[in-house]
Amino acid sequence: MKISVKISGLMLGLPLLAIAGQFEVSEFKLDNGLKVLVKEDHRAPVVVSQVWYRIGSSYEHDGITGISHMLEHMMFKGTEHHPAGEFSRIIAANGGSENAFTGEDFTAYFQSLEKSRLEVSFKLEADRMRYLKLDEVEFAKEREVVLEERRLRTEDQPRDKTMELFMALAFSNGPYKNPVIGWPEDIKEYTLSDLQKWYRQWYAPNNATVVVVGDVQPEAVHDLAQKYFGVLAPSRLPKLKSRTELDQTGLRRMIVKRPAKLPFLVMGYKVPVLKGTVKEWEPYALEVLTGILDGGNGARLPSRLVRGKEIAAEANVGYNLYSRLPTLLTIEAVPAQGHDTATLEQALREEIRQLLEKPVTSEELAQVKAQVVAHKVYEQDSGFYQAMELGMLETVGLSWSKAEEYVDKIKAVTPEQVQAVARKYLVEDRLSIAYLDPLLITDGTTTAETLLEDTHAR
Amino acid sequence: MHAKFLSAFIALLTLLSPCMTQATPNIQHWTTAQGTRVYFVRTEGLPMVDLHVVFAAGSVYDGTQHGVASLTSALLDSGAGKWNADDIAQRLESVGAVMETSVSKDTGSLYLRSLTDPDKLNVAVGTLHAILTKPLFTAEDFERQKRQALLSLQEKEESPGNLAEVIYTKAIYGDHPYGHPTDGEIGTVTQLTRNDLVKFYQRYYVAANAMVAIVGDLARADAETLVERLLAGLPQGAPAEILPTVAEPLAATTVKQFFPSTQTHVLIGEPVLVYNDPDYFPLYVGNHILGGSGLVARITQEVREKRGLSYSASSYFSPRADKGPFTMRLQTRNEQTDKALKVIMETANKFIADGPTDKELEAAKQNLVGGFVLRIDNNRKIAEYVATIGFYGLPLDYLHTFTAKVQSVTVADIVKSFKTRVDPARFQTVLVGGAVGK
Repeated sequence: MKISVKISGLMLGLPLLAIAGQFEVSEFKLDNGLKVLVKEDHRAPVVVSQVWYRIGSSYEHDGITGISHMLEHMMFKGTEHHPAGEFSRIIAANGGSENAFTGEDFTAYFQSLEKSRLEVSFKLEADRMRYLKLDEVEFAKEREVVLEERRLRTEDQPRDKTMELFMALAFSNGPYKNPVIGWPEDIKEYTLSDLQKWYRQWYAPNNATVVVVGDVQPEAVHDLAQKYFGVLAPSRLPKLKSRTELDQTGLRRMIVKRPAKLPFLVMGYKVPVLKGTVKEWEPYALEVLTGILDGGNGARLPSRLVRGKEIAAEANVGYNLYSRLPTLLTIEAVPAQGHDTATLEQALREEIRQLLEKPVTSEELAQVKAQVVAHKVYEQDSGFYQAMELGMLETVGLSWSKAEEYVDKIKAVTPEQVQAVARKYLVEDRLSIAYLDPLLITDGTTTAETLLEDTHAR
Repeated sequence: MHAKFLSAFIALLTLLSPCMTQATPNIQHWTTAQGTRVYFVRTEGLPMVDLHVVFAAGSVYDGTQHGVASLTSALLDSGAGKWNADDIAQRLESVGAVMETSVSKDTGSLYLRSLTDPDKLNVAVGTLHAILTKPLFTAEDFERQKRQALLSLQEKEESPGNLAEVIYTKAIYGDHPYGHPTDGEIGTVTQLTRNDLVKFYQRYYVAANAMVAIVGDLARADAETLVERLLAGLPQGAPAEILPTVAEPLAATTVKQFFPSTQTHVLIGEPVLVYNDPDYFPLYVGNHILGGSGLVARITQEVREKRGLSYSASSYFSPRADKGPFTMRLQTRNEQTDKALKVIMETANKFIADGPTDKELEAAKQNLVGGFVLRIDNNRKIAEYVATIGFYGLPLDYLHTFTAKVQSVTVADIVKSFKTRVDPARFQTVLVGGAVGK
């Protein structure tokens, strides 16, 4: 059901990120502040509709972590006009599929529908944008669902648990230190009035962007948006506190002990992102650097460490240049048989050192750029993906037009620029490292009991 | 007011249906001289092509060497012709092509996505041709890949969900070749030799055992040339052998295994459904109502929405060449496992006994018919459908007739098919987690 955490996983990694201007984007702003983006794609008679809110875990303060995600769940629990569950039933009856997701910097709701049903989506989304009815009984049940989600995704997953603790180590005062789903104690202690307050504060047309991609006409979408969303009152939005992360002053390390079979390590360097950066080329150079290390099976880490030296069983690099606040460039890796996390760390840091010392080759750079150009075409195969990128860019406070600049900006990156960002940012004082130290999993005994015997075999 | 709102849109749907049939892709089909079946759909608008080459080379053909199909597939792009793994990756990446190999119970597949620009497509197809026809399986690559496969099998043991899956598969299939994990077991993979892989490759990766699905902006003649180039030199060979029939479990059994996790994972089911099954549509539509339609499905309603017992609770059929599983699943915190298990079983029992209400069936049809266009709204999805239709020999008009077949299902059909095919007296129940005492 509702996907929540790790939404960055959908967007990270060089080859995934690119969008093209083959299909035009139309932009409207309603009087109440709601922004509407429409991208036509007439290949199939379908439409994807997404409502993006500028709200997520990086807006939360201590004690209520995860409340944006909890509220996302409650958004399916009814309004003054539609009782709990009816939203989903109406979408289903109209042949639609729907879901929602919460990230550090956004909460978004979406439906995919046959193109004539867009009105159904707008009518229901406009209703729950302002008229959510938060009910104590529904809340009590849904809190349990969220706790089960946390157990499933984090508590019982040694690597995800390590990642969660690692983020809390790497960030001191910046809001990315908290997990999107929230700390368990906070989840257990939200009150209905916490939720009520959070909803009133952030769910408003002037804090949202509606993105529509599909077989539609922009003017018609604008008129529909005006009809349903245009009547909603805007809110006075609180001014967001900057909470700028303190400068890191040295290497940070931690060990996480959990029942697991394999060791694992994650390293992260504090790096800038497109939003708020002075030198715009730097995030694009970091994006290329990510591709040089891990942009495909021929990139440096798979070629040199997974094959080559055979020190890593896997190694993945992550960087999201569309994050709202400065973030981490992460490397997650598993040592190959016969190697430990310390050896693997040394090998990874040797790869980083080489980026600092020598410019990447023109062949490597050409390879990364060729992939970006091709993926620009591939991404147009998915209306959902196109809508995601537009919505995310708007929501973090960049313009959607950044999506259209992406390929040219990547093409302009030089080997010297890659080296320059490596030297500036991939340094020990910006680095945090966590090792997962596996605890033995006690082998359980398997028992079988036959409940019914010899029933009709075929 | 709500009812009125709904019916207005249902009326619209009826008006629109002719248009929707028009949008359904036309599959062109031919067979090469070597006996490879080809299925082709031309889509326009984007200069790209998706291609699946599918062999009957899944883990069901492992024999006693569990994991040989999977390791063979994983090794294909490690070296081929005059190229090593780096060369192959760099050739594909330099033209922006994406290539993946995968195995399932029934199939060993290669997937290629490329731009249609001839200079780029030629490099991509030339590289895939080498991977398909001249893989090297060098001793060094083999040893590395085997070590990685063993590590990944160990990693699966960290997860109560994966462990439950392994135990469940064994419980419902016993000694049938569907019964072992697709990636094999640590014991059997350890025993594999390079020669085992070469033999597996030579037996199953042959023209007479292959099918190709192509979807993209290519002319038919270009698609034909592409397939000829791709398969040139692949020995004709013979189709994969017929396997023993799946025997359904004789009795209901519960298997429990302790795991130090906060949740217990529950899997319940039995082997039921083949592609081309006469009961396919009643079972499919019925399951949509029981546990296959997200938040509105009965199981999700009872387990999650009404009681908050689980984040995800569902049921599904996984059709295969021989009987694939009907499975119900959930995970819940250890202390309330019995309660959740009781709720999901009562929900299933009631559905099997009484079937859906007329209203539920109507709602399911509205969803499946109204949402049909979403299943085929991009090249990737169309290519996956075409590969399935081709591999399992479904009728070429499968997509054209899909909505009509859904519409024709009655409550009586669902009741009859569930009562005869889904029998709780044969259900295998697997519990893995902290609810099970050490």
